Amino acid sequence: MLVQISGELRQRVFDQMEATYPNEGGGFLLGEYADDAVTVRDIIQVQNVFAVEEQHHRYAMTPQDWMRLEDQADERGLSLIGYYHSHPDSQARPSEYDREHALPNFIYIITSVAMGRAADIRAWRLQADRGRFNELQLRVS
Amino acid sequence: MAIIRIPTPLRAFTGGAADIDVAGGTVGDALRNLVDQHPDLRAHLFNDDELRSFVNVFIGDEDIRFLQGLETEIEATENLRIIPSIAGGRRQRMER
Repeated sequence: MLVQISGELRQRVFDQMEATYPNEGGGFLLGEYADDAVTVRDIIQVQNVFAVEEQHHRYAMTPQDWMRLEDQADERGLSLIGYYHSHPDSQARPSEYDREHALPNFIYIITSVAMGRAADIRAWRLQADRGRFNELQLRVS
Repeated sequence: MAIIRIPTPLRAFTGGAADIDVAGGTVGDALRNLVDQHPDLRAHLFNDDELRSFVNVFIGDEDIRFLQGLETEIEATENLRIIPSIAGGRRQRMER
């Protein structure tokens, strides 16, 4: 599966992640599926509600955020296609913690932020048996 | 019948349907009826017979964990909603 995102949206992700460094940041991806590709149409920044002292390596949203933004996506004719978050001073690869909390059919975009600068961005999706993440091609247009 | 709203990524297992009619007098019965209708949902909602820890079920604005959990009684006209916990984080030093 191909994941497409505009350069402008990618820059918004990078700006957010650099601003939240050294803590993790994140939000939802809204978009559309077509054939074997998914296009990110918008990103919605969501506050990290994990305990402040853990935010350097953990990120979480509230169920109320999910409800509100899923309803907004439905109203806009878009889908909640995934979520994005950062890994400060770590690789843009899913952790075991990410896998345990992952959903199927959801795009996970992870940004590595090294010394305060966005260094890498990658897209992933959980395998159907929940066993591992597979990397997806991420195309910036 | 009660209605359960399915989160977007799990709608692939319900033929794209967002709202599913379910039978049952408790939240647990309703969820079991849901996975009987759509068996591919089971692995993503349950560990054996327990609700996965990062799966939340709401009745209106109330989390069933603050009610009677799966034993919470529901009306036939109730609207339930499954909400995944969204969380992530970088690898630990010992993680390979």
